Amino acid sequence: MTSTKLYELTIHEAKGLLAKRQISARELSDAVFGRIRQLDPEIGAYITLAEDAARQQATQADAHIRAGSAGPLTGIPLGIKDLICTKGIATTCASRMLADFVPPYNATVMEKLFSAGAIMTGKLNMDEFAMGSSTENSAFQITRNPWDRSRTPGGSSGGSAAAVAADMCLGALGSDTGGSIRQPAAHCGVVGLKPTYGRVSRYGLVAFASSLDQIGPLAKDVTDAAILLGAISGHDPKDSTCAKNDVPDYTAGLDAGIKGLTFGIPMEYQNAEGMDPGVKAAVEKAVARLTHAGAKCVEISLPHTEHAVAAYYLIAPAEASSNLARYDGVKYGFRHKEAGGLKQMYEQTRSRGFGPEVKRRILLGTYALSAGYYDAYYKKASQVRTLIRNDFAAAFQTCDIIVSPTAPTPAFGLGEKTNDPLQMYLSDIFTLSANLAGIPGLSLPCGFSENGLPIGLQMMAPHFAEARLLQAAYAFEQAAGVCGQKPDLPAA
Amino acid sequence: MKISREEVAHVAALARLTIDEADVDGFARNLGDILAYAESVSRADTTGVSPTAHAVEICNAFRQDEVAGHLDAQNTMANAPESEDGSFVVPKVIE
Repeated sequence: MTSTKLYELTIHEAKGLLAKRQISARELSDAVFGRIRQLDPEIGAYITLAEDAARQQATQADAHIRAGSAGPLTGIPLGIKDLICTKGIATTCASRMLADFVPPYNATVMEKLFSAGAIMTGKLNMDEFAMGSSTENSAFQITRNPWDRSRTPGGSSGGSAAAVAADMCLGALGSDTGGSIRQPAAHCGVVGLKPTYGRVSRYGLVAFASSLDQIGPLAKDVTDAAILLGAISGHDPKDSTCAKNDVPDYTAGLDAGIKGLTFGIPMEYQNAEGMDPGVKAAVEKAVARLTHAGAKCVEISLPHTEHAVAAYYLIAPAEASSNLARYDGVKYGFRHKEAGGLKQMYEQTRSRGFGPEVKRRILLGTYALSAGYYDAYYKKASQVRTLIRNDFAAAFQTCDIIVSPTAPTPAFGLGEKTNDPLQMYLSDIFTLSANLAGIPGLSLPCGFSENGLPIGLQMMAPHFAEARLLQAAYAFEQAAGVCGQKPDLPAA
Repeated sequence: MKISREEVAHVAALARLTIDEADVDGFARNLGDILAYAESVSRADTTGVSPTAHAVEICNAFRQDEVAGHLDAQNTMANAPESEDGSFVVPKVIE
């Protein structure tokens, strides 16, 4: 094996080569950092690189492999979205507010990854506080889509998706509050999985909307997504919303096939506003492929779909306005020092520390929770959330997996939607229902647009049915042969 | 839906934000557009429907009240913009 293409490996391929000692963790890590140095000045996926720490972790990984004490991710270089706390490594949330914040502890997912032997390459760009669908709301930099550098990678986990697509890490963690893993995964041609709410601990995840946020993997293929999900899942006493359900081996049943599975196609999604004809055609072809592979496909109804975006953009900002009240310039983060009294210090700190989209959502959320509007907005949206959750529960009486496009269009151009927040919000139309209902959702590549942009297929399953979701996605991946296609990038 | 400049100022004050004069109209327009869209929820029939705060049913997450590891004061304070003798320093509150 030549050392020049090591960065192209999937996690499961690299695990095999590391175990057989055909490559070393150090060679693998060096190859990935070489790739980052070559491509990232133009892509802009990383906010912070952790090369020194990674080199030490790689040396330790090689020692563990030699000693026969390797863990499930020993020597695997992973990138981490910059809102997951990493001890001693800046965690900025792509915000001026946290530009200098160095966490004194690791998020639970980081403890789990490190104890499994993983190497952290660095921290990945995102929309500020995960609020956005294009990564353009980062206070520091834009990230370009590796498939077409005039386009966004999607968001908010755009840095994670772009880094995986451009082989600047073997896999990554992102977070998903309304589609922030799945939509960028779709736009960058990789696999992204939002687990069931409570599957993965949120301890050490900087909070955006606490009843919707969930950490999950972005990966080069379905097998890698299964490996990463297994590594980060499980109960955590530090997160009271984290579920006690057992964590199965998500890789074990991947090749069980899809004969006997029923896929539901929501009729309400088929003529959604703003649907690109290329996306529609690719998803129809995907459904035909599933049928051909032996699955049963049936039309289902999610009758309250038309209210989902509205409910989401009341609930998520309401929770955000409460969560982000903690950024007051007192305990950590930015403080505006020239302010007069305490109140002026709060106001100046928050006004200078937050970018426009974060302010917009705080204002919206504060409005929705304010006296006189609470019942009409927040409470009503929370009731609609019950209806949406019930829609899914009813649909899963007649099907095992729900299948839809991940996003209504392929990746859009940089700057195309920045002046129209509502249009940006509508790009989450197919993804945010899964967050409202708390169910797992996965995006994987299913084809390409006329101009060569990847298109994502979304699959959703009932609570805690990630194993079934991965099994279905793996079967599609094998049948479609679309995964593993790479953007046209120069070799290192 | 129309959101006035005064409403923007009121909500901003509740959220401890000051909005630059030049940005007030823009925020008013954005909020008006988004809230007009969000009015869609009012058309849903929610008679007798209880609200959902968390989508996955989890009952009380009790645990034993045991002393466990925690961050020491020095590490906890390390990111404070200003601190003194283990306390967070803020601008003077009482004249």
